[in-house]
Amino acid sequence: MTVIAGEKPALIWALRLSVVLLVGLWLFPTLGLLVSSFRTADQIATSGWWRAMFPSEQNLTLRTDPPSEQVQDGDLYVIEGRLFADGTESEISAWGTSAREPAAYLPGETAELRRGGTLTVAEDGAYRLESVDEISGKRGPRVFVTATVPPEFTLENYETVLISGNATDNMAKAFFNTLTVTIPATIIPILVAAFAAYALAWMEFPGRALLVAAIVGLLVVPLQLALIPLLKFHNEIGIGKGYIGVWMAHTGFGLPLAIYLLRNYMVGIPRDIIENARVDGATDFMIFVRIILPLSFPALASFAIFQFLWTWNDLLVAMVFLIDATGETTVMTKQIVELLGTRGGNWEILATSAFVSIAVPLAVFFAMQKYLVRGLLAGSVK
Amino acid sequence: MHPAIQGLLTIAFGVGGCVGYFYFSNLVLDRVIFPARGAHIARNIRRANMIRPWLFLLPALLALGLYLAYPVVETLRLSVTERVPGGGSEFVGLANYQQMLAEAKFWEALQNNFLWLLVVPAASTAFGLLAAQLTDRLAWGNIAKSLIFMPMAISFVGAAVIWKLVYDARPEGTDQIGVLNAIYIYFGGDAPMQWLTIPFWNNFFLMMVLIWIQTGFAMVILSAALRGIPEETVEAAIVDGAGPFQIFFKIKVPQIMDTIVVVWTTITIVVLKVFDIVFAMTNGQWETQVLANYMYDKLFRANDWGVGSASAMIIMLLVLPILVWNVYNARREMR
Repeated sequence: MTVIAGEKPALIWALRLSVVLLVGLWLFPTLGLLVSSFRTADQIATSGWWRAMFPSEQNLTLRTDPPSEQVQDGDLYVIEGRLFADGTESEISAWGTSAREPAAYLPGETAELRRGGTLTVAEDGAYRLESVDEISGKRGPRVFVTATVPPEFTLENYETVLISGNATDNMAKAFFNTLTVTIPATIIPILVAAFAAYALAWMEFPGRALLVAAIVGLLVVPLQLALIPLLKFHNEIGIGKGYIGVWMAHTGFGLPLAIYLLRNYMVGIPRDIIENARVDGATDFMIFVRIILPLSFPALASFAIFQFLWTWNDLLVAMVFLIDATGETTVMTKQIVELLGTRGGNWEILATSAFVSIAVPLAVFFAMQKYLVRGLLAGSVK
Repeated sequence: MHPAIQGLLTIAFGVGGCVGYFYFSNLVLDRVIFPARGAHIARNIRRANMIRPWLFLLPALLALGLYLAYPVVETLRLSVTERVPGGGSEFVGLANYQQMLAEAKFWEALQNNFLWLLVVPAASTAFGLLAAQLTDRLAWGNIAKSLIFMPMAISFVGAAVIWKLVYDARPEGTDQIGVLNAIYIYFGGDAPMQWLTIPFWNNFFLMMVLIWIQTGFAMVILSAALRGIPEETVEAAIVDGAGPFQIFFKIKVPQIMDTIVVVWTTITIVVLKVFDIVFAMTNGQWETQVLANYMYDKLFRANDWGVGSASAMIIMLLVLPILVWNVYNARREMR
């Protein structure tokens, strides 16, 4: 950036800094969810996710190998091994053998065990348990350690949520249900709206201005008003709660924006192209299919993204028109709300489910941002 | 039948049906009803062209009428009737409205909604304007913008989970995992706070979620408007010795006032319909009720269609001024 008259360098630095700050502030909450989804339940519950990137000091309760592993070394019975799993690089700063004094010894020191024998623990977790008598019992003695644990991430949560989890945790079915709702609900309104938008943009007929005004009006009608009347209607014609109903509802609710966006765009197509085609004998239907539709691609893409995001993220319409008492057709948003209610404390499941549900819209968003911005500008600035 | 197959069939039927309808209805119009041949060729073509727009519009008008226009009328009717046990309904006049007005929860919802209306559009627009101005002419401004814009793609429910983690509280003495409490304790707060259960202030914690989502929208639109400002006006101000703040507030903001109003009203509409955030985060407890959630409560939990419809009409009433204003502007533009 060049220094422009009227702007001082100090101000420019302040400006850059505030942008970084603002972006950080806006990204921070989402980042928290993303990081949390890769941590175990214990990690999430014991330390803030912002600490997950750095080694942290933790108090752990570990055990030596069981007495069945003991070997005879001269006249001593010995168990040797490491307290941590292989490959971890935790460092012990203090340890102890009773819960009352978990930091009684430094690494390298030797402790007398209550059951007899001595235990030595090194900084890296290697230990040696020696005893004159044979060591009895099923499990090894407990060791309390204060250790600096390096950052550790896991894919376990995703495995639970996508593959192995039980009915409340597993999102796979809800994921496909959401997809089943979304795709037809995105495609169908586009065609219906495109024809209507063409008529409103390029055909002369009485009442056209009135219709455009009516569509602008319908654009802001709260869909809350439609819930009961339409549910009644769906029950009367026998489709009740189900996919057909939710597809129809999304189509109806998406139409005003679709028609409005597409009409605004189509009006901008040069008149010459259309008139030339008319002179060459093309019918309106041919003009629409061969000329208008291909030329309107950016507007069609904009609307498709809006409708996709809106139907994917929707909760209310799905709850009212789709999800029945059996819960077979639940969508992700609904399942997450239920998780919030029943397992509000299980952040590992919540964070992962939420991230699974927002991953697809985020991908669409970053891939098609250009069209989204264009659509927003066409939809609201006019 | 598997829903996925059903979905594919629906796409095929929907798309095929639409194309087929438009194609064949045009064909019938041109070949059978008003054929472009014979004695009345000119008259036939003229008549066919008078009818054709309505062929193009018919499916859309049917859907709009059934899914948006009819419900407004039907909800109005439901709001003045009461269901009679065993089916049917009877006219009860304004009794539903009276019953609603007598409920403390309704007034709480209305009051909170007004609070939302005051704060969210103002804050979102202000943050959006700030972000738009700061990122303008910055080399990496587009990356910054797209990150601030990103929450737009996140569902209200997803955002609710994200912010619940921010507001999380752990028992006193243990490490806080919610960032707000961690900061609060760090700066000398004594006990972690259950932010979402503190009446009145918890509204603002819920609003923050919507502000976070809507700022990106405001920023994108205002940023385009800022780009549209003629360079000369800014240059002239610099020549006259205006400082950066003067340029922003006295030259730029007045020129994009129309756009600011559009952004403001658009966010206002979103606020009036806000449901998911409150539903997922507090469900209206601890005095955070809003109209849309109150309505959902009445319709689907209390199963009281009369009062539910009455509260839906209140939402409609609040939207109405914006609706009229939008229609007025659209008509002015058409001329």
